[in-house]
Amino acid sequence: MAVTVTKIPRPDRSLWVQSYVPEVMRGLSITSKQFFKNLFTKKDVVTIQYPEVKRDYPERYRGLHRLMYRDDGQVRCVACMCCSTACPANCIHIEAAEHDDTSIEKYPAVFVIDELRCIVCGMCVEACPCDAIRMDSGIHTHPFYERDTAFFDKPALLELGGPSVAHQGGDMKGVQGHH
Amino acid sequence: MLTDILLILLKIVAVVLLFAMPIGSLMTLLGDRKQSSMIQNRVGPNRARLSIIPGLGRLPLVGIPHFLADGLKMIFKEDAIPDGADRTWHNIVPAMALFPAIVMWAVIPFHDHYCTGEIVVQNYRDICVEGQTRNFFSIANLDAGLLYVFAISGVSVYGAAIAGWASNAKYSLIGGLRSSAQMISYEVSMALSVAGAILIYGTLNLNEMVVQQGHLIGGWLPMWGIVVQPLAFFIFLGAMMAETKRAPFDMPEGESEIVAGYFTEFSSMKFAVIQLSEYVATVFVGALIATIFLGGWQVPYLYGDGFHFGNTPTAALELPYWAVIALRIGAFSFKTIFILWLQFMLRWTLPRFRYDQVMNLGWKIFLPLSLANLVITAFVVAIL
Ligand code: SF4
Ligand code: SF4
Repeated sequence: MAVTVTKIPRPDRSLWVQSYVPEVMRGLSITSKQFFKNLFTKKDVVTIQYPEVKRDYPERYRGLHRLMYRDDGQVRCVACMCCSTACPANCIHIEAAEHDDTSIEKYPAVFVIDELRCIVCGMCVEACPCDAIRMDSGIHTHPFYERDTAFFDKPALLELGGPSVAHQGGDMKGVQGHH
Repeated sequence: MLTDILLILLKIVAVVLLFAMPIGSLMTLLGDRKQSSMIQNRVGPNRARLSIIPGLGRLPLVGIPHFLADGLKMIFKEDAIPDGADRTWHNIVPAMALFPAIVMWAVIPFHDHYCTGEIVVQNYRDICVEGQTRNFFSIANLDAGLLYVFAISGVSVYGAAIAGWASNAKYSLIGGLRSSAQMISYEVSMALSVAGAILIYGTLNLNEMVVQQGHLIGGWLPMWGIVVQPLAFFIFLGAMMAETKRAPFDMPEGESEIVAGYFTEFSSMKFAVIQLSEYVATVFVGALIATIFLGGWQVPYLYGDGFHFGNTPTAALELPYWAVIALRIGAFSFKTIFILWLQFMLRWTLPRFRYDQVMNLGWKIFLPLSLANLVITAFVVAIL
């Protein structure tokens, strides 16, 4: 088999560049310009001093989950299991129960999200047919000292929640992001 | 006799504990971390706080608390010695690394000899009349000062080489070997590059060299080493940086290749001492270059009794002797720190060399250049 040889031309550098010293000076002038600029004005420093200064999250930032509630304060979720099915991390645990109100078929007796296992992909929100779960709380998952404190149950999730303006029963009028 | 000994002890304490060591160890923080952060648009370390001292609790203090925390951490860390290492040498080696870095300071003049009498300025020199000169501002005024420096810096390679060998580890051994090879290569061009300066000054005494740099060429241009030997300055700076294993010549440490080179297997205070010795050596490079090439303690136009503009017997602006001394020591410190700053700047500007490039640069570029520099200087000195 013939060997193909690719000839890569040597970079053509003038004696000025090859003699190294002028180029070092050029590099030094750039770094020292930056050094003095930042030493005296801090103009280019991009660091955010985190706990004291917080960065504004973008509008569509996926934060901690929250469960929305109906006008009467009950949980909106109908325990359809769409979110837990869609969840790639398998971290939503729902136990469905029958509701006394006949117009409501089911409701989640238990609704737990393991926030440590969650990969914050947002699939659960996509999957939910009735705007019951959202990730728009703007709170990032904080560190936990104990693993079991990372399990967010229904009351905890509802506490972050709010009333949803969407019509229960499939009418998506008024839901954010839907036209 | 006793006062002499006391004086020497005092000078050693002043130079080592008040100048070399504090600057050297502060550089681990300010030079390496803060300076790099400024160049890279970061803020650098500032989270450690001295909350035990009231009033300082919430101030970052340019990160100095980090440096104290580092020291504390080093002291309390476990001193791990690898299996199969030579325990004796492993324990001695940090001292062997630190010792040359410190004793080199013995010959650095911080100021001219103190004059007890009247100072008369003649031909750009302070001449002491009706009094004696006392050596207050350098630990030892050796006539072979520069040779002493070269001798000691030659010894400093033992620390690295033995550290590498005593650790019983591959990376350490490679680091040790590299550092010996690198030091030998650069020692040659280092000595040869400065030989031109020796020819011009006609002395090896560092203080005398500085005195001669007070000369003004044509009555206005200070005869600093960098003016009369510009090429030698660059070669010497490069060779000295290679000698002290600073990046871009950090082959013996080579973090991206051989972990930490010859001190991979050192921990706790032993590691700190080796690290410190490198920084002290770096500060020493600053002091030595300032002495040979940047006029040492000379302030341009400033002589023993004040500012002289041109070769005049009386000062144009008279200053008391103590003010002159303070100005000159300040100038020397400033020059030292400037060269130090430059070294760190180079470290954060240039990418590392490959090992063969380091050798090429040393043997094929620095050596011929310094030889040529020496020959040309010799001719010029012979003709003038
Ligand atoms: S964001 Fe993704 S991983 Fe987290 S609960 Fe929702 S679907 Fe699961
Ligand atoms: S998809 Fe929505 S309604 Fe269905 S179980 Fe999940 S949160 Fe409840």
